[in-house]
Amino acid sequence: MNKFIRIAAAGMMSLTFGAVAQADVTVKVAYDADPVSLDPHEQLSGGTLQFSHMSFDPLVRWTQDLQFEPRLAESWEQIDATTTRFHLRSGVKFHSGNVMTATDVDWTFDRLKESPDFKGIFSLFTDVKVIDDHTFDLITSEPYPLVLHTVTYIFPMDSKFYSGTTDDGKDRSELVKHGDSFASRNVSGTGPFVVSEREQGVKMVFDRFDGYWDTETAGNVDQIILTPIKESPTRVAALLSGDVDFIAPVPPTDLARVDENDSTDLITMPGTRIITFQMNQERVEALKDVRVRQAIDYAVNNAGIVDRIMRGFGTVGAQASPAGYLGHNPELAPRFDVEKAKALMAEAGYADGFEITMMAPNNRYVNDDKIAQAVASMLAKINIKVDLQTMPKAQYWPAFDERAADMMMIGWHSDTEDSANFHQFLSHCADAETGNGQYNSGNFCNAEADMLMAKANAETDSGKRAEMLQQMETILYNEAAFIPLHWQNLAWGARKGVHADKIVNALNFPYFGDLVVD
Amino acid sequence: MFAYLVKRVFQAIAVMFVISLIGFAIQDNLGDPLRELVGQSVSEEVRQELRDELGLNDSFLTQYLRFAGNALQGDLGTSYFFKEPALDVILKKLPATMELVLGATIIIIGLSIPVGVYTAIYPNTILSRVVMGVSIIGISIPVFLTAILMIFVFSVEYGWFPSYGRGEIVHVFGPWETNFATVDGWMHILLPSVALASIMLPLFVRLIRAEMMEVLQSEYVKYAKAKGIRPWRIYFVHALKNTLLPVITVGGVQIGTMVAYTILTETVFQWPGMGFMFLEAVNRVDTPLIVAYLIVVGFIFVVTNTIVDLIYGLVNPTVNLARMGA
Repeated sequence: MNKFIRIAAAGMMSLTFGAVAQADVTVKVAYDADPVSLDPHEQLSGGTLQFSHMSFDPLVRWTQDLQFEPRLAESWEQIDATTTRFHLRSGVKFHSGNVMTATDVDWTFDRLKESPDFKGIFSLFTDVKVIDDHTFDLITSEPYPLVLHTVTYIFPMDSKFYSGTTDDGKDRSELVKHGDSFASRNVSGTGPFVVSEREQGVKMVFDRFDGYWDTETAGNVDQIILTPIKESPTRVAALLSGDVDFIAPVPPTDLARVDENDSTDLITMPGTRIITFQMNQERVEALKDVRVRQAIDYAVNNAGIVDRIMRGFGTVGAQASPAGYLGHNPELAPRFDVEKAKALMAEAGYADGFEITMMAPNNRYVNDDKIAQAVASMLAKINIKVDLQTMPKAQYWPAFDERAADMMMIGWHSDTEDSANFHQFLSHCADAETGNGQYNSGNFCNAEADMLMAKANAETDSGKRAEMLQQMETILYNEAAFIPLHWQNLAWGARKGVHADKIVNALNFPYFGDLVVD
Repeated sequence: MFAYLVKRVFQAIAVMFVISLIGFAIQDNLGDPLRELVGQSVSEEVRQELRDELGLNDSFLTQYLRFAGNALQGDLGTSYFFKEPALDVILKKLPATMELVLGATIIIIGLSIPVGVYTAIYPNTILSRVVMGVSIIGISIPVFLTAILMIFVFSVEYGWFPSYGRGEIVHVFGPWETNFATVDGWMHILLPSVALASIMLPLFVRLIRAEMMEVLQSEYVKYAKAKGIRPWRIYFVHALKNTLLPVITVGGVQIGTMVAYTILTETVFQWPGMGFMFLEAVNRVDTPLIVAYLIVVGFIFVVTNTIVDLIYGLVNPTVNLARMGA
């Protein structure tokens, strides 16, 4: 009887308040994986950043057309060559109720400098000087053009919340990569969603933060339930059957299904991850010859790969920088001409071809193993016999580090959303000291390209920078430093009425705070 | 009986020791756990530091002795991904898998006995031929294909069943949360159970049918018939009991195999059990979790085989466990 009364009372209350509070809008989201940790500094990965955009806010974020949008930083100005002054929004609260100030930014910055994953991005940043509660200066060791790019990685953390010790005496601010830390299980950010429930690998529940500063957003989602669904067919089935409202990624094989279904929408966008093959000049003498490298590039039909294997779900590339990046040179066209390739091989003295080994992962990039098979058979046409081996990424990366094959596949997304990053990691002369060329398994080395990158990284005038970076891309193209294949497109599926097209972007960080659901 | 059980305990310990050794030996070939722990642009230097911290740079023997020492105290290591003791992670996932296996077992037992007996008694009816034909198809379609087909037919096209996950679960005690307490839970477990059963069901139907047909030819069945005992009593009491011995033997082995198939079924249905967890652990090179899983599964194998032996004795009194133990 008691229970009945309570239920009845609750029912009456919801009737009374029902008119005021609208029915809760819950959106069920299925990704292929859930974030590894609640600590935004533990791992630099897409999953972590997607989560950061839900429970935290960056100082500045990217818009859909890759421009900067002020978030927690309202405005900024350059004070001198190495100092940028930021003005913070006032009245911003953390989930804990604490008010965000410049001290939190300073604290967060120091923690980023400690993070094994993030400190690389912040290597040129030396200090945050707090001027007052809502103003701080960000200082770099030398003039640096990518200050705003980098600031998109600063998601202020609640310094009061993360300071002190836990009940069992551990430091709350502790940043642990492989263990149980306070920050990996507790969150207090300024973001639109509070984590209210989490079972790792199974489910995460986010509730709208009622003290969220951005009251002007049209976003009306009260709750998000994030479920990882690893298998693509199951993820698509869950969307088509209405069990979830939003999925990512949509595999190429199911694009048409999602698009043609009456109750779902498909949203696609050219991505920024370039898929390439590198040719190891140290292992194979022939690959030192630029004509041979060009011949390989001419032999590979990357438009065909996009068309047949990717089912049109990719953008054919001839360079590392995607359109929209400063260094993107629109004049560089994909090379494909088998006759020309044969001629180049003959010119270099390799008309009869040679044998090489090739390795590619089979679960890292979209259709990676099929792409590798296609490239191997294309090379057979110019008498290059390829011994191909594909393997799971867990085994692939150690092999890649050992430079275990003559041609190796690698895809790259620039953490800074800038062209120089591609060159720095993929085609810069290898240098263990600076870490440049860390993923240059081809041992390609071109002093002029390296010099252009160094100059561009110290040039703050974006017009001049663009010129240098484009010139750099041209050199890499002419030298056939690597075989560019395509940029992987991005695809999201949403139930009709979930206006996901407004919140997604090429970085694949959907801004759920702004999501509008009918 | 007691001697038999003692012997089994020692066997179990030996089995788990060997498994742990094998698991440990192969972990270097599974890949580099650091890759999954750090971002792509982290320098080699930082990675080495982390490797040192994790003790991954120690020699095989040092690492194994450290592991074995901890294992004897019940600590099988800490999962890199879950950041919790590996054994806790597995125990948390175990109920979901066990319920799935239970669901599949109920379907298999509930269907294979009547169907097997029927097709043995009436081998030439159209229904029997259809059943045998379907069972051939069932045995040859891989379980993940069955699972995906079922999702597309029953979830997407008809919308009868949910497509993934466990749905509404009710906490029972400890880590055990059950699917069997709510309608939603039943709806969620049905498709995965059928998918998991699909690979074993035809096998058992065929096995029971073959055994039954043989028994039906035997002298005592003929005698019983001549004596005028009612047919259903001959079939289900006298004949069936004698067909069960080989069925139980195969069943014991197959329960182990079923654990292996849960890896596929759980992955397709995003079922949060330990099979799915294992596949993910392999992908993430979460070596402590992989080794712990292998040991736990080894333990399950030993336990089921022991239980099968015990049941053996109950079904057939001529089997003497004491002698088996000697």
